Amino acid sequence: MGNPPASIAPLVNQEYKWGFVTDINEDRAPKGLNEGTIRFISAKKNEPDFMLEWRLKAYRHWASLQQSDAEPKWANIKYGPIDYQNISYYSAPKQKANLKSLDELDPEIRRTYEKLGIPLEEQKMLAGVAVDAVFDSVSVATTFKAKLAEAGVIFCSFTEAVQKHPDLVKNYIGSVVPYTDNFFATLNSAVFSDGSFVYVPKGVRCPMELSTYFRINAAETGQFERTLIVADEGAYVSYLEGCTAPIRDENQLHAAVVELVALDDAQIKYSTVQNWYPGDKNGKGGIYNFVTKRGKCLGKSSRISWTQVETGSAITWKYPSCILQGDDSIGEFYSVALTNNYQQADTGTKMIHLGKNTRSTIVSKGISAGHGQNTYRGLVKILKGAAGARNYTQCDSLLIGNQCGAHTFPYIEVKNATARMEHEASTSKIGEEQLFYLRQRGLKTEDAVSMIVNGFCKRVFRELPMEFAVEAQKLLSVSLEGSVG
Amino acid sequence: MSLLEIKDLKVRVDGREILKGINLEINTGEVHSIMGPNGSGKSTLAQVLARRETYEVTGGEVLFKGKNLLELKAEDAACEGLFLAFQYPVEIPGISNAYFLRSALNAIRKYRGEDEMNAMDFLPLMREKLKLLDMNETLMNRSVNESFSGGEKKRNEILQMAVLQPKLAILDETDSGLDIDALRVVAQGVNAMRSPDRAILVVTHYQRLLNYIVPDRVHVLVEGRFMRSGGPELALELEEKGYATAETGRERRV
Repeated sequence: MGNPPASIAPLVNQEYKWGFVTDINEDRAPKGLNEGTIRFISAKKNEPDFMLEWRLKAYRHWASLQQSDAEPKWANIKYGPIDYQNISYYSAPKQKANLKSLDELDPEIRRTYEKLGIPLEEQKMLAGVAVDAVFDSVSVATTFKAKLAEAGVIFCSFTEAVQKHPDLVKNYIGSVVPYTDNFFATLNSAVFSDGSFVYVPKGVRCPMELSTYFRINAAETGQFERTLIVADEGAYVSYLEGCTAPIRDENQLHAAVVELVALDDAQIKYSTVQNWYPGDKNGKGGIYNFVTKRGKCLGKSSRISWTQVETGSAITWKYPSCILQGDDSIGEFYSVALTNNYQQADTGTKMIHLGKNTRSTIVSKGISAGHGQNTYRGLVKILKGAAGARNYTQCDSLLIGNQCGAHTFPYIEVKNATARMEHEASTSKIGEEQLFYLRQRGLKTEDAVSMIVNGFCKRVFRELPMEFAVEAQKLLSVSLEGSVG
Repeated sequence: MSLLEIKDLKVRVDGREILKGINLEINTGEVHSIMGPNGSGKSTLAQVLARRETYEVTGGEVLFKGKNLLELKAEDAACEGLFLAFQYPVEIPGISNAYFLRSALNAIRKYRGEDEMNAMDFLPLMREKLKLLDMNETLMNRSVNESFSGGEKKRNEILQMAVLQPKLAILDETDSGLDIDALRVVAQGVNAMRSPDRAILVVTHYQRLLNYIVPDRVHVLVEGRFMRSGGPELALELEEKGYATAETGRERRV
């Protein structure tokens, strides 16, 4: 290749627009991790014994691992050692206990959410979004609870679920991601501080989109939230999470776990718009987003769909996966991952086919700009009993400029000869020619880039709920600002 | 009045001089044609006028509507009313033709301080122009130029021109790859746009397009220089005798 076209120059970082810090009183654990920390967290949450025991088992397993040597090393990412004793594992805003209404919420927190544009306000509830907002480690407000309760849907913070629905939690926690699963999932199992819990009963179609908004505010804290969604027989639920964090020079660790369980004929749609602080244009600071997300299609004809738009984080390590256990179950993964400046992403999915006639679809769109490194890593595994299984994989990469990288690692393991597998892949580059064509029609360079990128991602955006699709498009445009000079 | 004025324009590509001193004046209401053999610099001239930055202008001056065109960005030149119908239109996967065209129209309207046009108002305008070019509306819901036939791509260029209503339209080899029926339709579309306050510059290798779009002036470009200029009859002469005569013609005149 020759020199880059004159119009594609090295990147200038855009302003991260969600980088403000909220000044509130926090209630936090001293730095470091030992059994005492686990007991502190559990006591703060007034947890029943089973929960504390589970945490301690996870902690002891984690402590038995050779610390940073035990971190997964196979991903195509580079980062310095993480000092797990220099992190505070619990941080909560100090506030009055038991809010009766949103009006009682700390006004500073309210303003933060307003800046983020989260629809906590009464009038915005009309938009049909129920929000469970997680600020640092504690869920501060849950809207729409009453309306959901009418339908029999449980949507609350994880802490509340442990108190009020211990049997459900006990039954399903760790059933998809066991505490021994991987280093970060084990850490999460020991120290998880809050998160969301959803249970949709038999035959109920959840009357609205459910949404959780995560935000890391405090310095030198990690966020370890845990989400558990159970859709009982014939139930349907659509869930969306969005994430931001303030600008800080040091890296912050985010090690979450999400477990989904779909029983017979149930459907779960899980959408993520992830915009954690990506670090500055030289790669300083930013979130390490090391997340374990997995769904189990436990029942026959059940269906789990993951849709993710990943624009933030310094490093993303994340593979939302499906275990297709029930016959005729369906797993789907639609992903847009963007890396700009010095961001690194190693993301993809695992589709594990156990049941007969199980089907999976994977559509991955990676966009690399600046010095960004974008890796798709996917495993499609057809086990012996999965007669008639089918997979379709489409994996496309788009490069902007010539200092970035796109990498693809597809793994396919087939143990049943009746399986049908399709894999398509492409790599393209936003060319000077494409940009010139759009600019000759009057579009500014940035609008032209944005148009090309949005066209590239269309197949994935189509899977997002309408209003989030619009938000995702805007986010991509903002994240790419200045990527073409 | 003079819409476009090119004075002694010199252009390099990869260190090689392609245009070696071009002079040309086009007034509103006129249709000019630039003819020449392959590699003579026709497309280079078209792209330089549209402000493609991969070309290095080493000398000369270009005024468009009295403004220094060589200082404008490509998008600003477009918003000022300069349109290039591409020889090889580019595909934009995932973006519908209708959305793209409305975005372009609105970018230009915004530049001029006009209100943006919503989808409802845009639809009748688009339909009218589709009819003019005998194009099927389903093309508007498909991704820009993606899996369009050669003829569909060229018609789509003229459709864009008809919607955007430029002051100066440059047609770069619009006839290449068109069968005779498509050529007629495209020419009809271009002729419908002839107007006293617009100029059209037709760049072509072959004379046959000029049977349908009859130019006021024909210029013959050979090796980066205009060798001859004349009326529409010059095109016919070239068709008959080839480009070699253009050079001998010049020698006779000198």
